[in-house]
Amino acid sequence: MKRILKYAAKYKVLFLIPTMAMMVFVVLDLLNPIISRRIIDDVILKGEYHILAKLLLLLVAITIGKAVAGYIREFMFDYAGSKAVKDIRKDLFDHIQSMPFEFFDKTNTGEIMSRTTEDVNNIWQVIGFTFGFFMEQILFFVVGIIMMFITEWRLALACLALIPFIGYYAINLEKKIGEAYDKISDQNAVLNTTAQENIAGVRLVKAFGREKYEISKFFKENEKNYALNIGRAKIVGDYYPKIEFLTNIVMLVVICIGGYMVIRGYMTIGDLFAFNWYVTMIVWPMRLMGFMTNNFAQCSASAKKIFAIMDIEPAIKSPESPAKPRRSVGELSFQKVSLKYEKNHVLKDINFHVKPGETLAIMGATGSGKSSISNLIGRFYDVSEGGIILDGVDIRRMDLKDLRRSISVVMQDTFLFSDTIEENIKFGAVDATREQIVAAAKAACIHDFVEGLELGYRTVIGERGVGLSGGQKQRIAIARALLKNSRLLVLDDATSALDMETEYQLQRALKSIKGLTKIIIAHRISAVKEANEILLLDKGVVVERGTHQSLLWKKGRYYEIYRQQYKDIDAVEEEVI
Amino acid sequence: MSVNTFKEDEILRESFDLKIIIRLLSYLKDYKLQVLKTLGLMPIVISVTLLNPYFMKLGIDKYIADNDINGLFTLGIIALVINVFGMMAYKVTVVTMATVSSKILLKIRQELFTHIQRLTLSFFDSRPVGKVLARIIGDVNSLNQLFTDSVTVLIPDAITLVTIAIIMLIINYRLALMALIMLPALIIVMFFIQISCRKRWQQYRKKSSNLNAYIHEDYSGIRVVQSFTQENRRSSSFSELSNSLTDAFLKAVKMADGFWPVVELSWGVGSAVVFWYGVRLLQVEGITIGVLVAFIGYIGLFWRPIMKLSNYYNILLTNMAGAERIFEIMDIEPGIVDEEGAIDIPPIRGSVVFKDVTFSYDNGDTVLKNVSFEIKEGETIALVGETGAGKTTIVNLISRFYETDIGSILIDGYDVRKITSESLRSQMAVMMQDSFLFSGSIKDNIRYGRLDATDDEIIEAAKAVQAHDFILQLEKGYDTGVNERGTRLSAGQRQLIALARAVLAKPKLLILDEATSSIDTETEVLVQKAINQLLAGRTSFVIAHRLSTIRNADRIMVVDEGTIKEIGSHQQLLDKKGMYYELYMAQYRFLSE
Repeated sequence: MKRILKYAAKYKVLFLIPTMAMMVFVVLDLLNPIISRRIIDDVILKGEYHILAKLLLLLVAITIGKAVAGYIREFMFDYAGSKAVKDIRKDLFDHIQSMPFEFFDKTNTGEIMSRTTEDVNNIWQVIGFTFGFFMEQILFFVVGIIMMFITEWRLALACLALIPFIGYYAINLEKKIGEAYDKISDQNAVLNTTAQENIAGVRLVKAFGREKYEISKFFKENEKNYALNIGRAKIVGDYYPKIEFLTNIVMLVVICIGGYMVIRGYMTIGDLFAFNWYVTMIVWPMRLMGFMTNNFAQCSASAKKIFAIMDIEPAIKSPESPAKPRRSVGELSFQKVSLKYEKNHVLKDINFHVKPGETLAIMGATGSGKSSISNLIGRFYDVSEGGIILDGVDIRRMDLKDLRRSISVVMQDTFLFSDTIEENIKFGAVDATREQIVAAAKAACIHDFVEGLELGYRTVIGERGVGLSGGQKQRIAIARALLKNSRLLVLDDATSALDMETEYQLQRALKSIKGLTKIIIAHRISAVKEANEILLLDKGVVVERGTHQSLLWKKGRYYEIYRQQYKDIDAVEEEVI
Repeated sequence: MSVNTFKEDEILRESFDLKIIIRLLSYLKDYKLQVLKTLGLMPIVISVTLLNPYFMKLGIDKYIADNDINGLFTLGIIALVINVFGMMAYKVTVVTMATVSSKILLKIRQELFTHIQRLTLSFFDSRPVGKVLARIIGDVNSLNQLFTDSVTVLIPDAITLVTIAIIMLIINYRLALMALIMLPALIIVMFFIQISCRKRWQQYRKKSSNLNAYIHEDYSGIRVVQSFTQENRRSSSFSELSNSLTDAFLKAVKMADGFWPVVELSWGVGSAVVFWYGVRLLQVEGITIGVLVAFIGYIGLFWRPIMKLSNYYNILLTNMAGAERIFEIMDIEPGIVDEEGAIDIPPIRGSVVFKDVTFSYDNGDTVLKNVSFEIKEGETIALVGETGAGKTTIVNLISRFYETDIGSILIDGYDVRKITSESLRSQMAVMMQDSFLFSGSIKDNIRYGRLDATDDEIIEAAKAVQAHDFILQLEKGYDTGVNERGTRLSAGQRQLIALARAVLAKPKLLILDEATSSIDTETEVLVQKAINQLLAGRTSFVIAHRLSTIRNADRIMVVDEGTIKEIGSHQQLLDKKGMYYELYMAQYRFLSE
């Protein structure tokens, strides 16, 4: 809560205006019963009709003042609240964007989504509305009680006797409903995830004909959700009428005891009327207490979740005084690099050196650590031991953005944005001209396909490239990486969905780019064969290394893979040539 | 292709559609009894609210004026008893209506979900996940207030309003008319505000939806954002969207915040008028002071339902948008439904026949042209061809994910349109390019292939596809939790788990669509062997780019630009020296270059 206030403090002046308007409003509101009392007591009862017009004019003037102050209060709180919340939202977004991959490995997208949207909105609700409202209610309450005592302290005491009961129920209500909301919001998240996965995985669901199973799975969660909502409704049904009842009783006390006192001559009817007004003033805050505390509870829960994320220091950061390589040529070496993940070694003692313009290829079994190498180069994870040197500088000493700017990585999972093909390709190079985009697309062998589309480069594609085949997505991702025009290109199994012909063309196009250092992770011999060095990984360790020829001569595992993939090439050779 | 990006506002109808309201309210039909009960109790709740100021009047006029203490306390006791009844009635109505509305939401959500399950893939192709999801969760939730409020606000408040007006008219019609003098003006102003607010709130919701879409995409694609160092640009686009959200909000509240002051104003002026006129009446006709006091009380009571009603109207308008979005989907006819009299296909033996099949996706481009072929039981068919040639489309049609435009597809002689989709798909297994995992344990993900499989069978399947070893190395083995994108698992490992799932299903017909593209050759050889053993004698279709995978097929189909160019065994096609030969030699050429 304190930290939210810190955000609000930035807009002190903006919050000050509605606060003052609020005070004006409360003061004007207090004058209302005073005037009403005077009308009843002096005009109606005593017959001083000549002051009626004056009093009524005053009443209208007060009403106008209240309306104006009320509007300023509402709008300015909204205004200041929106500003403060915008800052929170942006800070959260920027912070999440700066988190390393490890964070995203562990956190569901749905969860951080709801932090940035729903939880921020919960805070918005409070600082834009409830907080000001709360202060106003407190003001009303305090002033109301003071006025009650001033008007008739004995009657005030009689009324106050009931207030602890109302407070008791309101607090209980808050506690119970807070718990209920907690469960409901968790269950909502479960329901959300169930539905989201069902939709995202709809192909799988349909492929296995699992619609009925999915429906019953969803129904189960939905029914839990229903039960929780009923539970909450019962709590509300339990407490609201009681609070309502007690507030009505307060009114009754005023009539009966107040009436008694009027009869006995302790107070006037006008006093009773005004007193009744003040009672209304304190009754509303009591009635609304449940609602407000509920709001606050929700807000502070949300704030806790948000600041918990904000407090996570990104494990990978730029150094204080980053070193810059003298020139960017794409020279890369791994020196005794190891990577551990929860005690298990993912990579162990990896050494290699790629000279500018050379190609290093990495092969290996599924899960042998190939992708980890590619992730280490961009410092998406940090090495556990050893060091990675790019252009003569340890990457941990480089500015993170400089480092990532000087390499292009095409990842295993192709992700495209729902935007036009053009925007997707120029994602890394915003200022690229159409010619440059087309050149990159041509090099990635996707130009002809794009041109064949009705809208060409302006065709809109969906999240994860819905509507495109795997190979098309991969080639757009490659074009995107090529346009970035860095000296080091990392292809992490980025051509797996391409047909042989296309892959062959792509390889040739890449080869023709002068001075481009390439790290190619692949399974096909055809993709790695040209490399200056080929590493064969197994369980995080390099088991074989060398050029295509030297590895073939070695007749080891590489040779076995080769034989598997080209079993009958020799036979073909005999037949055909 | 996708229809919507974060930049585009969704199109919402602007008109106030009575049909939607009627359709929504028709859900209340099943709960006639509960609604009647609530309505029956409503008079008690209302009368308590209404009687309290009347007691005030009675107290002042009758007992206080007459100095009748006993009468005053009797009145107090009567009022107390009535308030107790009121409390009980209130409690019943709150709980009853909340239950009814929760039940309706449950029903709508389940109808919607069930309906979405019946929709074809073309529906899912054209809409981002987030926007479908928003309907199932957010839009349904937004209806919550509607049903409760329709019964607990609309009806009682309308009654309250009318009753107060009548009471005031009975007590003193002239004073009543004066008290109501501000009403027509107020109503006009209020509706004017609401109408313009509605448009502004709609705008706000659209902006909010855009921002959500943007955030969702940014977080999903964070790896790309970071590796292309676009954080700053993404952040400033985010700010733009966030700004336009705030602007839309402020534009809406600028109008909406004026609402209460207007009510306040009418109330205040109304009271002043009552005082003024009341005092005149007092002088001329000698109405009682109690009447005047009660009148002031009634005016206060009068404005509250007006505010609540206009608030209700606001909610109604807000919810209409949600309801519209829900019904829009409910009204989409599932493109593929089991025909009447569709039968369950008996255990599939595995012959597949395409007869002159022509197919195009929704956007109109013809993807398959006059495709005909016959696959015998137990054959393994490899589909080769350039990306986008139509390979995936062919296998999608076999599972009837889409419907052919022209021509027919026969499985074991049964037209796929004449059999139930479920009986067909439950005997098939399809492994796609994207290996999707549900959040949950690895074990449960494999079990998805056959829900009643035992743990041993799951382990057996994992062993068969070479996944067992790496699974055991994970911290919790088969119970290790994974999520949608398969946290910490490599693409190859995810494919192995998906393969285990397919193997476990023991399908009669297997389709592997680039299912092994991320698996290394050594593992693949072992996996292939296992699959071959398990599926001996079963028909399978394989889409792959690796020669070693293709070569093992019984027959190879070369697909090019939506037609089948060649079909035959590896050797036959090589001898033919056609397209396959070219494709094959490309690999060879590259090797020898």
